[in-house]
Amino acid sequence: MRTIFFIPLALFLFFAGLAGYMLTQEKNQTVASAMIDKALPEFDLEPAYDGLPGASRADFIGGEPKLLNIWASWCLPCIAEAPQLEALKEEGVEIIGIAIRDTPEDVTNFLDRHGNPYTRIGADDISALQIEIGAAGVPETFVIDGEGSIRYQHIGDIRENDVPKLLQVLEDVR
Amino acid sequence: MIAELGLAALWLSAALAVLQMVSGALGLKIGDQRLAAFAAYARPAAVVQAFLAVLSFGMLLWAFAITDLSIKLVATNSHSMKPFIYKLTGTWGNHEGSMLLWVAVLALSGGLLAGLERRLKERTMNATLAVQGFVALGFYAFLLLSSNPFERLPVPAFEGSGLNPLLQDIGLAIHPPTLYIGYVGLSVAFSLAMGALITKQVTPDFAKVMRPWVLFAWVFLTLGITAGSYWAYYELGWGGWWFWDPVENASLMPWLAATALLHSVSVLAARDALRTWTIMLGVLAFSMSMLGTFLVRSGVLTSVHAFAVDPERGTFILVLLGLYIGGSLAIFAVRAGSIAEGKRFSATSREGALVFNNVMLSAILAIVLLGTLYPLLTEAFDVRVSVGPPYFNPAGAIFAIPMFIVMAIGPLLRWKSDKPVRIKLELIILALIVVGAIVLIAVLGDYPVLPVLGLALAAALGVAAFLPLRGRKISRTPLATWGMITAHFGVAVSLFGMATESAFTQERLAAVAPGSTEELAGWTVTLDGVDPVAGPNWTAIEARLSASRGGEEATLLNPQARNFWAPSQATSESALITRWDGQLYAVIGDTAGLDADGNQRWQLRIWWKPFVTFIWYGGLLISLGGILAIIGRVRVDLRRRKAVQLGNERRADKALLDQAATPPRAEPEPV
Repeated sequence: MRTIFFIPLALFLFFAGLAGYMLTQEKNQTVASAMIDKALPEFDLEPAYDGLPGASRADFIGGEPKLLNIWASWCLPCIAEAPQLEALKEEGVEIIGIAIRDTPEDVTNFLDRHGNPYTRIGADDISALQIEIGAAGVPETFVIDGEGSIRYQHIGDIRENDVPKLLQVLEDVR
Repeated sequence: MIAELGLAALWLSAALAVLQMVSGALGLKIGDQRLAAFAAYARPAAVVQAFLAVLSFGMLLWAFAITDLSIKLVATNSHSMKPFIYKLTGTWGNHEGSMLLWVAVLALSGGLLAGLERRLKERTMNATLAVQGFVALGFYAFLLLSSNPFERLPVPAFEGSGLNPLLQDIGLAIHPPTLYIGYVGLSVAFSLAMGALITKQVTPDFAKVMRPWVLFAWVFLTLGITAGSYWAYYELGWGGWWFWDPVENASLMPWLAATALLHSVSVLAARDALRTWTIMLGVLAFSMSMLGTFLVRSGVLTSVHAFAVDPERGTFILVLLGLYIGGSLAIFAVRAGSIAEGKRFSATSREGALVFNNVMLSAILAIVLLGTLYPLLTEAFDVRVSVGPPYFNPAGAIFAIPMFIVMAIGPLLRWKSDKPVRIKLELIILALIVVGAIVLIAVLGDYPVLPVLGLALAAALGVAAFLPLRGRKISRTPLATWGMITAHFGVAVSLFGMATESAFTQERLAAVAPGSTEELAGWTVTLDGVDPVAGPNWTAIEARLSASRGGEEATLLNPQARNFWAPSQATSESALITRWDGQLYAVIGDTAGLDADGNQRWQLRIWWKPFVTFIWYGGLLISLGGILAIIGRVRVDLRRRKAVQLGNERRADKALLDQAATPPRAEPEPV
């Protein structure tokens, strides 16, 4: 018997052990956003709606953590998301909206029909902030802490079962 | 009934695999006559099993053909509105169906081996059949216990939920079955290697039996990889032909091992050298096939090829891997020392070159294996990495470049021992070609190192492939030699395609409104318009492009961005113009806003890929070379067998004649 002939077996056993271990591990497929823990980019947007002021980075500084909601009146999932935003508002969460490529009339119509959870709405007519903040689509929601850092990114519409998670994050970063 | 018939056939096959395994193993007992008599069952068991397993697959095919929605697998993977051909290909476009195809091919090749092969020592054959039965049994168990393809639904589905639209392509009809035949063909090589190792019969005769199986598997692997690469190229719409995706690597690794095995088995057949090495490669090649299956289906690695991923199945395959790979490597570790070392040879000889390239192929295999498994290793420590071309290309090239050089020279050397001086002229010619090509390209422009080296080596290899013909009579050259020449030339052609594609590809991404024109590499491409179109189970936007080059008449191109329903998914269908010197590749993307005049603009991506088709022509040539070699080897073998038979008959006749010619000696008269 020569030791050299045992090398393939040893290599294989190492692989089998590793693979066996990996199979038993819970697989986490979520990819963390690269924007997490980065400072919110500097911006200052005009109001998108007659009744509310516009939004800027300064609005997030100081006080409680807030939600930054990227949305648009032309976006169907945003309609689906509206009741959840309303629920968050009732929990006392301050939500600042950014309307992407929208018109004041459409925004007004949307809010009349689906309710208004926002305290401020900025108009991002050329998707400038949307791109800078790393949002690939509409809607997306960011948790911004009192120092103006991005702490959490939710991609897609907020479903009912996402609400507790968002509240938890808001609590955690307080 | 169809499903029950298929399931019953599958259970019977499994039972026969047990019989084959047990009777083959009992045949190894020499002393006991009663037990040894059982060995007679091994061959018939393998043959009948082949018939039943193929029948079982046929039943599933039938269920898919008539879209029997009471079968769960059909309901989840097919749809009554799907084109008929894709209903059929849907049979193996899913986990269970493809595993059934796998075992059907496994049983079929086992049956062919048992039915046709009479040259091996019976004891070796029994051991081989026992191993083959053991391997088959594991996969039957896997199918029957964890992925039954014939499972019925309690209530038949109203409509099927379709098939992954990416897979609704003729590529799917060709690519997986060819690969499977290749993978599973290697199982025969594996069983033969184990049989020879167990009975210590690693001889040139054994190598001659093994060679056609290795060639056969290798031809199919080559075809499968070639088809798969072309499929990914035009179907994924990314313009690339190799992505170093784990699943692609899973098909490449057995090919690398099989290529090495193919050459070492030839050395064993011709020169009785490289005994343990050949056995090791035989084990390795099939191990890589099974490893590939495990990686793809267990979901331990993330890949673009989305098979139904299931950790439980993963565990099952891992256990099978442990049994087969672990078991065979353990036997190898214990037994390999007892196989007498083969004949010796000097470094500068045909064997020397083959050994060198065997080592290089194995090194490339190790590189690919490491790169494929590395994410698994780091993930155990919670670090996520993705290993891609920046690792594989240079690391592979370190070994591929010396391999190509030796590949050009090796076939010119003599067996056993040779002096490089003898082939001085050839060496000088090849060196001049390499240097000349590098200088020429360096003058033309500034290109990356690897493609330039690739081009120079391709040129040298293209010439070197035909040099073995020098000093031979063309008409008397054996077919197997033609096979080698064709395959080696195919490697040169493929390498040329890869190098030109990566060095000289031109790309243009533009937002264009209908009516406007883009220029690329001498081509003029005009977007005439964009229309909505609909197919049997999809809707799409289709661009009408007219492309022309050098004032010739324009060719129409219709790339599409398709949306499938059931299940809903978007794919992009590229459109190609193929010319002798390359392909124009066009993809249409999303809308891209309005232009200054308020016209809708579309994202249009076009590539000019010079000589890209040579990559796949090369692959076809390599396979053709393999086919020629099989025909040549089998023909020579049959002729020799016939000659031996004729010789025997003649000797028998002569003995009879002699007997007749000599007058019978008078019996002494009884007194």
